[in-house]
Amino acid sequence: MSSHLFSTSTNGETHPLTYRLREDRGYVDLDEFEQKDGYEALRTTLRELSPDELIDNMKTANLRGRGGAGFSAGVKWSLTARGDDHPRGYIACNADEMEPGTFKDRLLLEETPHLLIEGMILAGYANNAYRGYIFLRSEYVLAAQRIERALAEARKAGILGSRVCDSDFDFDIFLHTGAGRYICGEETALINSLEGRRANPRSKPPFPGQSGAWGRPTVVNNVETLCNVPAIALRGGDWYQSLSGGRSDDGGTKLYGVSGRVKRPGLVEMPMGTTAGELLELAGGMRDGLELKTWLPGGGSTGFLLPEHLDLALDFDTIGGAGSRLGTGLLAVVAHNQSVVSLTRNLEDFFARESCGWCTPCRDGLPWAARILHALENGEGEEGDIELLESLASNIGPGKTFCAHAPGAAMPLETAIKHFRHEFEAGIRHRQREAHAEPIPVGSV
Amino acid sequence: MDMNTPATGNTRVSKASQSNLIASSDNRMHDFVLSDEERHEIEHEMTHYENPRAASIGALKTVQRRRGWVSDGAVIAISDVLGIPASDVEGVATFYSLIFRQPVGRHVVLVCDSSSCHLTGHDELRDAISGELGIGPGQTTEDDRFTLLPVCCLGACDRGPALMIDDDLHGPVEPNEVAALLERYS
Repeated sequence: MSSHLFSTSTNGETHPLTYRLREDRGYVDLDEFEQKDGYEALRTTLRELSPDELIDNMKTANLRGRGGAGFSAGVKWSLTARGDDHPRGYIACNADEMEPGTFKDRLLLEETPHLLIEGMILAGYANNAYRGYIFLRSEYVLAAQRIERALAEARKAGILGSRVCDSDFDFDIFLHTGAGRYICGEETALINSLEGRRANPRSKPPFPGQSGAWGRPTVVNNVETLCNVPAIALRGGDWYQSLSGGRSDDGGTKLYGVSGRVKRPGLVEMPMGTTAGELLELAGGMRDGLELKTWLPGGGSTGFLLPEHLDLALDFDTIGGAGSRLGTGLLAVVAHNQSVVSLTRNLEDFFARESCGWCTPCRDGLPWAARILHALENGEGEEGDIELLESLASNIGPGKTFCAHAPGAAMPLETAIKHFRHEFEAGIRHRQREAHAEPIPVGSV
Repeated sequence: MDMNTPATGNTRVSKASQSNLIASSDNRMHDFVLSDEERHEIEHEMTHYENPRAASIGALKTVQRRRGWVSDGAVIAISDVLGIPASDVEGVATFYSLIFRQPVGRHVVLVCDSSSCHLTGHDELRDAISGELGIGPGQTTEDDRFTLLPVCCLGACDRGPALMIDDDLHGPVEPNEVAALLERYS
């Protein structure tokens, strides 16, 4: 069963990610993909563009990393160690989609794996890589079957292997499936996992583009990021940048989505800079009798926003300016009768469980925060707990740990307290009677 | 792992002597032999990477797919094929949440407990499953039919609350649908 799409289009000029999807939402095989201009970008690029020209196109496109960090993919590529002094390295596709509330890459992986393969070969060409790995989470069983099928089709057709599409470029791709653990989505942890090690992040520098998997230059890009590459290569960076049509400086379209207690949860490809209000409308609004209290714009490691933020452009800078992060751009909405304390406790339980344990602030700070939140959720909090949570959040924030796991956990915690302090206060033992509103357990509707 | 197992540590021990040492310390470990099929699958996986170590996760999954879990003997057998210390294989096996180092039921139920499912009814779903099976998360039913585990966001947030049973994704699952759903897995 496929994810619901709010709307679809067969126009490649406006919907570069989804225009090839089938009406029955099944697998787009090689024949169908090629009938819909598939691998045209690859053939044209290998014939007409140098790697540097492709990277220039990527920079002009201003495609910002769709895994949630928002770093310019073109700039990242321009920093890869290339040339005669460097060994050829790898393209690692991050298909370890586990960010809470995020269900966009599943669609691309299950329905158009050839689009990803084309994007990875182009990335390989630009970055002088000779091999790609698709790092897929273990639970995406259907995606694994479809990717293997697409890889076999591409190899048989001479699109993968030596002399890609009869050019002088050689490139092959392997599927690597994981075995759980959210931290594998952190790019250096992903590289350790790919090498068959425990998925602890690595210290940076050196950055993976200089020294990544097996000590070679390695470019780690998200599935959606790579799926945008063929259209940029074919139609140019200026075209891609203009897709966001003045709504945003970020280029292109985005696979946005909505989950939570809305009428029709689902996904849609829209220009960068679309607002949460527009998405909520496409999702049919909140279920009957419910009102929107707050929302997360793009995963568990983003900050809570309010109904007054519904008109903001969902792009990296605008949402960053509002005290949150765009993250993956998939909204999770919270209804008026659902407890923010309970949801925050759920998120911190998640981050505590998924800490790899390497850095002390993360390994010890997150369970500590989670224990306090459990107490507040049950009305058993103590005086000073909220201040302690605030102190913990700032002490696990950016710069205290090797990777962004703990800072990611700090963001929903800090913003939940900032916007809904009264709900946390109501969880302190002796304040129960004077509380404005008792927290109502989630799911009581 | 039995700590009396001879260290395969950083010192490479010849296959023969390693086997002898293991045999003398714990026969159960020595009893474990990879099937030809398992060995071939692991050796094929090794060709996808720059060195054999990278196939360690794949090798653990190869064994688990056929046997349900990874025993001490399997860890040593895998380390032997990959040519890396058993302690390294054990380190990997215990890091990843979907590698099982103890026996699990015939069917593994993975209940998504992340934020979107939390908002759409995870707690009620988990309680319904626990009630139906008489076990909590991390436990296996007495008849070895089901093991219940929490799992990170399944990427099915539009179908929450969601769960997986073996390779099958289900969602949204209402608490009153749990009994009939479980019935499909004998």
